[in-house]
Amino acid sequence: MIQKRLFPRMATAVVLVTALAGPALADDVSAEMFTVNNLWMMIAAGLVFIMHLGFATLESGLTRAKNTTNILFKNTYIVCIGLLTYAFVGFNLMYPGDFNGFLGFSGFGLSPDAAGMTIAYADGNYTYWTDFLFQGMFAATCATIVSGAVAERIKLSSFMVFSLVFVALVYPITGSWKWGGGWLDGMGFYDFAGSTLVHSVGGWGALAGVLLLGPRMGKYSKDGRANAIPGSNMPLATIGVLLLWLGWFGFNGGSVLNADPAAVSLTLVTTSLAAAAGGMSAMMVSWGVSKKPDLSMALNGILAGLVGITAGADQMAMWSSMLIGAIAGVIVVYAVMFVDKLRIDDPVGAISVHLVCGIWGTLAVGIFGAKAGLGQLGIQAIGVVAYGTAAFLSSLAIFGVLKATMGIRVSPEEEQEGLDIGEHGMQAYPDFQQSSFGGGASNLVSSSGAMRSSVTSGVLRAGTETA
Amino acid sequence: MKKIEAILKPFKLDEVKEALAQEGIQGMTVSEVRGFGRQRGHTELYRGAEYVVDFLPKIKVELLVDDADAEKACRVIEQSGKTGKIGDGKIFILPVDDIVRIRTGERGADAV
Repeated sequence: MIQKRLFPRMATAVVLVTALAGPALADDVSAEMFTVNNLWMMIAAGLVFIMHLGFATLESGLTRAKNTTNILFKNTYIVCIGLLTYAFVGFNLMYPGDFNGFLGFSGFGLSPDAAGMTIAYADGNYTYWTDFLFQGMFAATCATIVSGAVAERIKLSSFMVFSLVFVALVYPITGSWKWGGGWLDGMGFYDFAGSTLVHSVGGWGALAGVLLLGPRMGKYSKDGRANAIPGSNMPLATIGVLLLWLGWFGFNGGSVLNADPAAVSLTLVTTSLAAAAGGMSAMMVSWGVSKKPDLSMALNGILAGLVGITAGADQMAMWSSMLIGAIAGVIVVYAVMFVDKLRIDDPVGAISVHLVCGIWGTLAVGIFGAKAGLGQLGIQAIGVVAYGTAAFLSSLAIFGVLKATMGIRVSPEEEQEGLDIGEHGMQAYPDFQQSSFGGGASNLVSSSGAMRSSVTSGVLRAGTETA
Repeated sequence: MKKIEAILKPFKLDEVKEALAQEGIQGMTVSEVRGFGRQRGHTELYRGAEYVVDFLPKIKVELLVDDADAEKACRVIEQSGKTGKIGDGKIFILPVDDIVRIRTGERGADAV
C-alpha cells in the first residue's frame, strides 16, 4: 500500500525540518518523547550490562575448568571496578565539556546540575543519570576484552591493578578524543558505537598484555608448532556469544542516543545482519581451512561481525552491513591462525575479534555507507593510528611497570595446578560431575596436574566418538 | 573370589549390564576412564591447530564374583561388549584376598 511507504518518508521530512530549526529543538521535544527517549536509553544500558554475562560465560567456556573461578572473578571484578571508577573519574574525563581536545577533567564524582534531569540536559534524549549509566556500562566492556586474552596465566592482583588504571584513565581519556568532542571529533573521525573507542582500545590492551605475559605453558612446542588447548565448555561459550549479540542491541541501538524510530530500527537491523553474516562466513572459511566446521570459530565470527559494524551501524544499508560482517568473519578466522603463527597466545581470540575487526570496522566507515569516501577513509585511518599508539603504548607501560614490580605471571607450578587453587583456593567444579555414558564423551583435556573435575566436567563435543 | 575389571566402549555399558543381570550377576562399579591399546588415537583440530588425541574415553566396569562364576562372567562380558571393531577393550581377572560388606560386616563369599 502506498500509504505505508509514504508515512516513513513524511516522518523523516518532518524530523529533518525540525532538526534544521536549530536551538528551538529542545522545546519541541514533548515530555512524552523525553520519557520514551530516556526509557529506551535506560533499557539499552541494561542490555549493555548483559554483555558482561556474555563475556563471563564465553571466557569460561573457552578456557580450562581448572581456571574457571579465576576467569569469573576477573569478570566480576571488572564490572564492579569499571562502574565505580567511571563514577569517580571516568565520566568526567570522557566528557569534560570544554577542553583542549586531548585531556580534560570536569571534576571528581557525579554532580548533575538542576538541568540534568530535564529536557534541557540533552535535547530531551536522556537525563544526566541515564547518560552516566549508559556510558558507564561501555567502560567496563572495554576492560573485559583484556581479561580473555591474558587468561590462565596472569596474576590476579596485577590484573586488577591494570584494569583499574585502564578503565579509569586509558579508556575515558582516549574516548574523550571522539565522543567527548575532542580533537578527532573535530577532524570528522567517526565511531558510532565504539569499534575503535571500546573494541580496538581493549584489543590493544590485550595485545600489550599477552606480549609481556608470554604464552601458556605447553601452548607452543619448541619446533614452533601451536598445540591446541581446547575450551572446557562449549555450551557456555555459545551462550556467551549469543548473550553478547543480545547485549549489542543496546550497545549499538542505544548509541543512537535517543529512541528515534528510524535510526534505532535501522541500527538494530544492520547490527544483527552483520552478526549473522560474520557467523556464516567464519563457519564457511573455518570449514574450508580445517576440513571440519569449528564451533569456536563460528562464534568468533559472530562477534567479528558485531565489532565490525559497530563503527558505522547507523550509516549502512542491508547489503553493506552484511558485507562488512562477512568480511569480518573471514578476517577473524585468518587472524586467529596468524596470531597463533606469531606465537602470540590468545585463548579466546580477543585480539583477532576486537583489535583486528575493530580496525576493520573503523575503516569500513570510509568504504561503505553514507560517509564513504577517500577523505573519510583517511581520517578513519588517522584515528586508528592515534588510538593504536595511545592505547598500546599506555597498556605496555602499565603492564611493564607491573611486570617489573609485582610480576604479572603466576608461577609454573600454579599454572599447572590451575589458578582456581593457586589464586582462590577453591575449585569451580569441586564435586564429581554427573555425566551420561550412552555414547557421550568427556572433554579430552589432559593437562598435567589437572584435578578430576576437569576430566569429569561432562562436556559433549561434536565429532568425538569411540567406534 | 575374583575381581573382574572390564574396559569397554562407553555405549556398550547398558548391554553388558543387562547381559550380566540375566546371568544373575548384579553388583558392579562403573567409572569413566581413558585409554588406548593398539587402537590408535585420532587427530583433531581446534582453532586451526592440529592435535593428536591418544586417550580415548572408555568405561571401566569392576565386579566381584565367586571363582566358579568368573569364567561365565567373562564370557558374558566378552559377548555383550564386542563390536568386532578395534578398541573393544579388555577384561582383567584378578585374585581377591577378602571382601567386606560395610552394612553388616559379612566377609568372604557372603559379602559378594
